[in-house]
Amino acid sequence: MTERNRLEAGGRIDRSHPLEFRFDGRSLTGYRGDTLASALLANGVHLVGRSFKYHRPRGVLGIGAEEPNALVQVARGAQTEPNVRATQLMLYEGLEASSQNRWPSLAVDLGGLADLASSWMPAGFYYKTFMWPARLWPFYERAIRRMAGLGRAPAAADPDDYDHMHAHCDVLVVGAGAAGLAAALAAARCGARVILADDQSEAGGQLLGERYEIGGRSALAWVSGAMAELRAMSEVRVLQRTTITGHYDHGYLIGCQVFREPGQPDPVGVPRQRLWKIRARRTVIAAGSIERPLVFPDNDRPGIMLAFAARAYCNRYGVRSGSRVVVVTACDDAYRTALDLAAAGVGIAAVVDLRPSGSGHLPRQVRARGIEVLIGQRIVGVRGRARVEALRTQSSAGGAIREIACDLVAMSAGWIPSVHLFSQARGELQFDERLGVFVPLGRLENVVCVGAARGTASLRGALQDGFFAGQVAAQACGLAGREEAQDIATVEPEEAPLDWRGIFGAASLGGRQFVDFQNDVTVDDVRLAVREGYDAPEHLKRYTTAGMGVDQGRTGNINVLALLAEARAEAMTTIAPTTFRPPYQALSFGAIAGALVGPLHAPTRKTPMHDWHAGRGAVFENVGQWKRPRHYPSAGETLQAAVDRECLAVRRGVAIADVSTLGNIDVQGPDAEAFIDRIYCTRMSALGIGRCRYGLMLRQDGMIFDDGIAARLGEQHYLVSTTTAGAASVFAWMEEWLQTEWPDLRVYCTSVTEHYAQIALSGPRSLELLGPLVDIELDAMPFMSMREARVAGVPARVFRLSYTGGPGFEIAVPAGRAYELWTTLFGAGERFGIIAYGTEAMHVLRAERGFIMVGHETDGSVTPGDLGFEGRLAMDKPFIGKRSLRRADLLRLDRKRLVGLLTQAPDCVLPEGAQLLDEPIDSPQSAAPVAMIGHVTSSYFSAHCARSIALGLVRGGQARLGDTLYAWVDGRAIEVTVTAPRFLDAAGKYAYG
Amino acid sequence: MFDRYSIFSLARNALSSHQNWPRAWRNPAPRRRYAAIIVGGGGHGLATAYYLAREYGIRDVAVLERGLIGLGNSGRNTTIVRSNYLWDASAQLYEHSLKIWERLSREINYNVMFSQRGVLNLAHDAHGLRELRRRVEANRLNGIDSEILSTAQVQRQVPALNCAPDARYPILGASFQRRGGVARHDALVWGLARAVDALGIDIIQHCEVTAIRQAGGRIIGVDTSRGPIDARTVGVAVAGHSSVLAHMAGFRLPLQSHPLQAFVSEPIKPVLDTVVMSNTVHVYVSQSDKGELVVGAGMDGYKSYSQRGSFPIVEATVNALVELFPSFRRLKMLRQWAGIVDVAPDASPIISRTPVGGLYFNCGWGTGGFKATPGSGHVFAHLLATGEPHPLGEPFTLDRFVTGALVDEHGAAAVAH
Amino acid sequence: MLLIPCPWCGPRDETEFTCGGEAHIVTPRAPEDLDDEAWGEFLYLRTNPKGRCAERWVHTHGCRRWFNVLRDTVTERILTVYEVGARPPQAGDD
Repeated sequence: MTERNRLEAGGRIDRSHPLEFRFDGRSLTGYRGDTLASALLANGVHLVGRSFKYHRPRGVLGIGAEEPNALVQVARGAQTEPNVRATQLMLYEGLEASSQNRWPSLAVDLGGLADLASSWMPAGFYYKTFMWPARLWPFYERAIRRMAGLGRAPAAADPDDYDHMHAHCDVLVVGAGAAGLAAALAAARCGARVILADDQSEAGGQLLGERYEIGGRSALAWVSGAMAELRAMSEVRVLQRTTITGHYDHGYLIGCQVFREPGQPDPVGVPRQRLWKIRARRTVIAAGSIERPLVFPDNDRPGIMLAFAARAYCNRYGVRSGSRVVVVTACDDAYRTALDLAAAGVGIAAVVDLRPSGSGHLPRQVRARGIEVLIGQRIVGVRGRARVEALRTQSSAGGAIREIACDLVAMSAGWIPSVHLFSQARGELQFDERLGVFVPLGRLENVVCVGAARGTASLRGALQDGFFAGQVAAQACGLAGREEAQDIATVEPEEAPLDWRGIFGAASLGGRQFVDFQNDVTVDDVRLAVREGYDAPEHLKRYTTAGMGVDQGRTGNINVLALLAEARAEAMTTIAPTTFRPPYQALSFGAIAGALVGPLHAPTRKTPMHDWHAGRGAVFENVGQWKRPRHYPSAGETLQAAVDRECLAVRRGVAIADVSTLGNIDVQGPDAEAFIDRIYCTRMSALGIGRCRYGLMLRQDGMIFDDGIAARLGEQHYLVSTTTAGAASVFAWMEEWLQTEWPDLRVYCTSVTEHYAQIALSGPRSLELLGPLVDIELDAMPFMSMREARVAGVPARVFRLSYTGGPGFEIAVPAGRAYELWTTLFGAGERFGIIAYGTEAMHVLRAERGFIMVGHETDGSVTPGDLGFEGRLAMDKPFIGKRSLRRADLLRLDRKRLVGLLTQAPDCVLPEGAQLLDEPIDSPQSAAPVAMIGHVTSSYFSAHCARSIALGLVRGGQARLGDTLYAWVDGRAIEVTVTAPRFLDAAGKYAYG
Repeated sequence: MFDRYSIFSLARNALSSHQNWPRAWRNPAPRRRYAAIIVGGGGHGLATAYYLAREYGIRDVAVLERGLIGLGNSGRNTTIVRSNYLWDASAQLYEHSLKIWERLSREINYNVMFSQRGVLNLAHDAHGLRELRRRVEANRLNGIDSEILSTAQVQRQVPALNCAPDARYPILGASFQRRGGVARHDALVWGLARAVDALGIDIIQHCEVTAIRQAGGRIIGVDTSRGPIDARTVGVAVAGHSSVLAHMAGFRLPLQSHPLQAFVSEPIKPVLDTVVMSNTVHVYVSQSDKGELVVGAGMDGYKSYSQRGSFPIVEATVNALVELFPSFRRLKMLRQWAGIVDVAPDASPIISRTPVGGLYFNCGWGTGGFKATPGSGHVFAHLLATGEPHPLGEPFTLDRFVTGALVDEHGAAAVAH
Repeated sequence: MLLIPCPWCGPRDETEFTCGGEAHIVTPRAPEDLDDEAWGEFLYLRTNPKGRCAERWVHTHGCRRWFNVLRDTVTERILTVYEVGARPPQAGDD
């Protein structure tokens, strides 16, 4: 044995498995079953960190989730993790941890100078200064930021895996201590589906640190029996190392299960952490309690520890945290620490009781062991800086100060129920005068606290609580309760009550008395805040930052509130505690994100021809979730060169494009015609069977929200196409109208976007190419029509239409046959010089023709009239959004309307989004605000027109034809001429050449 | 006015162990009558009171707060301040506010820790780039600092950001407003409260308005949990509860109250200098002076007054966060909360007269209210004092819901092709 | 996370649904007869109640059916669900 403070025997560590680890570069040893904290203490290391504000040296205070001080940085590189509680970190071979928030070292921290200046840095000092001169604030702030923060974030992406698990149960029991085990047993014996979640590595809760008996045998033997019984039941799931951390509405709880510590090797491929999403019909909260610290000058020195922690390190880990111990207490429970440590051979210097008497059973036992008990004391201070060396105490009546040499102070001011999950679920709390803490006010419909979590002090009470709550929960789920005598006999002496009012040192004592260890909030800070009017709990918390640290004030909040009541000279019952919000314990972003990172962050949708595109070197762009080929560059070709080539192929020969991503909705039913008419602002009912028409869809407020082609497939059958991004929303919108407003219409909509793939063949030679491959007369097809046909043997719908404004066809085929048809068409097209074209060329081609594109020419504030569609509105029929078009602002003559824009220089391509001005300006700084009369919505170089073209929305629209405007681009005004919003004439030639 | 805060007063008080600091604001009982009442002791209400007194000399004012000041949305936001809005009306209103922010600490002698560390709005696709250009150029022409950064410049500005071209939503560029940043939200409320109090205005906490009293189509006062109070001018700035107050007054508003969630990480050493926002993946994040990453989510999809949201929203936001910052996966969410945001159909505020004479509403700030606080108060104070909208407030009256002249910031941000 | 009892599919997580806003807003039979003010009122003004609220939901990732939900916007308690077109249940019957 190398650890000097490890006891010869005892504890639940596995002494056959020694482990090596490093702390701040020092090589140390511990055992399997140790936490980092217990292993450090076994090695005599108390100083483990520096506090947030004053950089004061700090040691281990607690033993679990409550720990405010012992936060360490664990592991290196991409797996490094800041702010890990040493009290919860399970030791593993090779673990590397280091202290935080200190420079250059833990022992010598220059940040500690802040401690000397602390009288200038009371609560909220930064609100009162650093205001002048203003230009220096960034420098002050930089210094503040460097001093603040705790550990460091990793610099590289996290290489570990995380996953999620959904679970449902009748009864969720949170905590596998005495009450939780009893509740789980009772519920499970009734046949309930039970999840028992516990944050520790083994069941037992606080019993793991005690030397209790249940039913005449050791409590831990009872725990083993209970666990064996639970594990044998098929409807029970036990989750160790799983902290239930969030309690949301309708019985939804979030837990996090830890499989590996930071940096711990993963031999078997388990995730590092798993997020549990549990829907529970009933929840029993048996989360235990946290010991309450005492408040006295310099109560934050390393070596001052919670009394339970001190005995639990001994009982559970075989560690003596000191060799000469003073127990300071305001309750009987802490006497157990003296008894347990003494039994382990640790020297007890004294028990210092703040209460006027100490005559209960436990004090008698302590005295019987020859340990001195001082009563009616108050703590004046301590000696020692990096480690406590002595406790200074005097009678509360005054008198001589006695200094008791020691290297460990174990303190207790009673216990704080862990009501967090109850409060998160909207459970109300009330102050319990006897316990001096807030306890649940009754129960919620589906949620109850049991055991120490509701302030039950005795083990017997906790067991009774648990058994009862487990049965009630199971019964509430419709399961019959089993009457069964429970052997819960315990040996527990009567305890004298806590004196929580006496736990605060007098203001006159001097020295700083800490109430929030992590955020360095002192008694003086609280009193100052109250003096300044921040005298409500929530204001106080925010002003002093008490309770806002990583430990969320688990140990400190109650003392802050008690001080507040004292400062306001009011009863604690008038104080409403601040609301607990999730998470109870900090939850890693990795666990929350689970597997949905990197390529899985969002679904990727690919068309059937995707691999072909990729094989041809297509550059893809994201359009919603879809991957669409933007262009197909040849080797070394620029985007513009590729787009020029693709556009010219469409205008001069033939080219092929994948338009499968456009939404397709099949609309059928006796009332399909009436329905189609209502959803488009243009008339659709006039369509003959086999004919197609372009239409706009409006929101109820008259603004355009999507567009596309509707084809009439039959008397009662239409096919509605949408934009790629609009597919889902248009479908949902149609369903909404049908179900909620027009239930009388017999119409059935089906999204068929993925059923079909669609191929566009564009260009003057498309007819030549396609003609021989189809079994219909293409020549006979009028423009904007559709025929069912077989194309190269594949059943298809052939549309004679194009989004490019030239000759062309679109062919829709079952998705499974699309790749085959695509390659057939491409093969057949090779003698015509066919190439594929992407979305960028599509944009250019449609802009040449003046076709609008939703998202370019529309932004949610554009009406059909704005785009020159007023003539095509069918105002003699009802349609969605119709009434809105008559509103005053939508009739304004100076609305921004669609125009074409040509620059002087043919090769000058305006950036999309550029603003348009009436007059050129030199700089906006001098002229601001400059009146903007419109903006560029689409802009390209058109190889076909041999110049740049642009569309824009301009106030007054085509009333300004021929006017010169100025596009403001990167601080420069570029002259543009307003044209009609189309650049090709009827023959398809550039119109302004 | 008050004892000024400064390094000197701090030093002086250090000598007396800080025993002599006065209350930052009084805690008066309500009087029976005031010239004007502001309902709502959040930032907007307090700022309104401040400017009523300072700019219009109206000091016979009470600010009525149902609970404690500053604990509604004022204390539940992600503290981002910027003015780079698309539409002229919005941009000018928010810029008005930003200009006040730049001098506010000194003006109210309370350090609101306005930190102009810059705001990046990321673009992840061609549509995003186009809209970004449109907004940046419009901002500049409105006299608002704004620039476009390339992916490489973004990477230099925020080294932790994943700018890889093969990211699921690659970063193609960003707009950058250097004058934007973050501020300390509580300090804004407390600083304004202290200034308002020093100007003689009563801040009355735990005073809930229970009825709006009217006579002849105009307001004559309010009933409160602490008794009736008369006033001929009442301004309401209660954010998520606006519809409730409107209901008391007998009319409806074009508002829906939604939960808006946010959360912070544990504090870490500086890792993120600027504010980063992305509409495509839906997240915004900054790092506070304390070291916490402050992360904002999208709204929950349903109405709620519960000041709590639903976990899936947090999940989606965290997914977006770690997509942008893969190294943040090992950091931990420390606290989570929600505000109640009142959202208008166009995601723009309402600063307006109402059907009841003398009763004015300032609401509808949705997800963007914090940054506007001082400007909003200034513009609303003008309306209360003069009965006429401030020129910057004219586009934001209720009239727009009749004429259709909406200021659609939502559509501008959300439309994708 | 709300647990919403879809009348067709049973209780399902909120993430499967989309909320469609307040229920029982009657679309005017003859919009053309309304003035801008009345039309604006229909389009935009909402009760936005604190407390009991009738609203429309659709089971987007399920049966895709719309239905009405009576929910308390403070407690999030779902009081009942009922069909589109049905009258809201009377107060006090939860």
